[in-house]
Amino acid sequence: MARTLFEKLWDAHLVRDLGGGTGLVAIDRVLLHERTGGIALKALEESGRAVRDPSRVFVTMDHVVDTLPGRGDRTIMPTGTDFILATREAAQRAGATLFDIGDPRQGIVHVISPENAVVLPGLTLVCPDSHTCTQGAFGALAWGIGSSEAEHALATGTLRVNRPRQMRVTVSGDLAPGVTAKDLALHVVARLGSGGGRAHVIEYAGPTIAALPMEARMTLCNMATELAAFTAVIAPDASTAAWLEGRTYAPKGDDWQAALAAWADLATDTGAVFDREVSIDAADVVPMISWGTAPQQSVPLAGRVPQLAAPPPGTAPTTPEAHARALAYMDLAEDTALLGLPIDAAFIGSCTNARLPDLRAAAGILAGRKVAAGVRAICVPGSTRVKAEAEAEGLDKVFLAAGFEWREAGCSMCFFAGGEHFGEEERVISTTNRNFESRQGPRTRTHLASPATVAASAIAGRIADPRELEAQ
Amino acid sequence: MEPLRTVTSIAVPLIRDNVDTDAIIPSREMKSVSKTGLSVGLFAGWRYSDVDARVPNPDFVLNRPEYAGARILLGGANFGSGSSREHAVWALAEYGFRVVIASGFSPIFRGNCIRNGVLPIVMDPAPFDKPGLMLEIDLPAQEIRAKGKEPGEVWRFDIDEEAKLMLTEGLDPIALTLLDRPAIDAHESTDRAARPWAWSVLPQGNAA
Repeated sequence: MARTLFEKLWDAHLVRDLGGGTGLVAIDRVLLHERTGGIALKALEESGRAVRDPSRVFVTMDHVVDTLPGRGDRTIMPTGTDFILATREAAQRAGATLFDIGDPRQGIVHVISPENAVVLPGLTLVCPDSHTCTQGAFGALAWGIGSSEAEHALATGTLRVNRPRQMRVTVSGDLAPGVTAKDLALHVVARLGSGGGRAHVIEYAGPTIAALPMEARMTLCNMATELAAFTAVIAPDASTAAWLEGRTYAPKGDDWQAALAAWADLATDTGAVFDREVSIDAADVVPMISWGTAPQQSVPLAGRVPQLAAPPPGTAPTTPEAHARALAYMDLAEDTALLGLPIDAAFIGSCTNARLPDLRAAAGILAGRKVAAGVRAICVPGSTRVKAEAEAEGLDKVFLAAGFEWREAGCSMCFFAGGEHFGEEERVISTTNRNFESRQGPRTRTHLASPATVAASAIAGRIADPRELEAQ
Repeated sequence: MEPLRTVTSIAVPLIRDNVDTDAIIPSREMKSVSKTGLSVGLFAGWRYSDVDARVPNPDFVLNRPEYAGARILLGGANFGSGSSREHAVWALAEYGFRVVIASGFSPIFRGNCIRNGVLPIVMDPAPFDKPGLMLEIDLPAQEIRAKGKEPGEVWRFDIDEEAKLMLTEGLDPIALTLLDRPAIDAHESTDRAARPWAWSVLPQGNAA
């Protein structure tokens, strides 16, 4: 019988059908970070239970650790050190692998896991972090959970999972020059809505997806959680294998050959059935930017803040209440053009867009140019390895010469944890994934966009189209 | 976990779409490596006119006297979206909420509710947004009944068997799963033989 990629992953990991649509699913890898992982380890200890298999558990510091040069265990976030120490000590007691501060493998969990081939096609992988869907780009079933479920996965090597429904998003055609995976991700969220993927596993498929490099696939899958999806997945192919080969925890020798053979079957069979099918013509995708306080409130970069009465064709509906709240919070009026809005800050970072190609794209815009006066511009590489690779290419010098801060790896100001933040009512253009109220600081106004758009806007001092800057 | 069978309370309307977990518990309110002490930070950005001084915003629904002591919260579409932080549910539960009725939930938030004795009901919240309306939530019967001034009205709701069992019995899912240890061990043993490449790469040898 024809099966989907998800069904193959599910069937291979199903320990027992628990009835009522729930399965007991074997978990191959557990990732933890200091924000939500330390408490899972601590609660497990307090319950008197042990980690079933510490060799399958990987821990890093990304969420509250500082990103300023010279950082250590002390944090700007008032109690951040407590999280770092508690997580480190619990990880060491449990015997888990720790990518600690100062370790060349440290970084944002969804950047360092692929970098080290902790995630592999065909695996199940969980992390108490909603952006774990990023790693579905490798053909793994990878999804975000809460701390209690992390405790369950640590103690039992399994999770009790409500089997999700299935959606396939097929993208065909060529993305125009200057249109990135981030733009495609925002296009999908604007079209389906912030709840539009609820409880579905989304398979991204089609020739456009197959042509995307791995980093772009990660960016696309990263934002599946902004659709309330269970997760996203992309069938592994030659690009996937080539990207992973030789990395730290990639299989070696005969095991590599066996893995390649197993991965060859990880694709949706012809005739397999999805609960929902969505088709996207890549030619319809343009550079995007968010205007409101939910990711679905995104429009073409060259567009205007939508009218409630006349929403852009092909976008998800919104309520009058949500529309009015977003306008007031963002200090915008309907019909205002996004291009030209003055900005106070520009942020390049996060598990969405802080990998080497993202930094190269931004640096390509920044080279020989200066950040506009009065704009605070920050670049935070996604991992210590990304930072080192960027520095080896001289990208750090480009960022610094343009007037960007060049930071150590971590989540940084993707969110405000009580430490560093952007100012009240400041307008920030950001390569991150969430434009929620107060996400990057108290009352900060966030606009989500691609690295090139953020870089171009930093130069212009207002929201700008990188394609126009490049043409100059 | 305290079993949840029936809850009788008025319902607080917070019927907005995409109420995210950053709004439910702002990251800056997660100050310690603990599941407790979070209720003071619940909806902090909306609930206080001055967050640092904890000055209540009288316009925010939780601060209105008629909703004091409510154990049911009404939400809009995609409630609990965003960050996976379980602190959102720990804060709601510590504040006193045992039921959230919303037109939709983010899946991670929904799972977190079930593991912390909070019942997520997917239903249009509008009929329950009436001043003074007392509701009785009956989980075993999967019914919501209007009490007080408008007795007699009954609404049925759906919930999957696993979630219902966890909540009504207050079960510890880890203890329940560990009863399946022989099946877990057998699956792992088969898998090690079938997919050696997924196991041989693990650090520090293979712990059993």
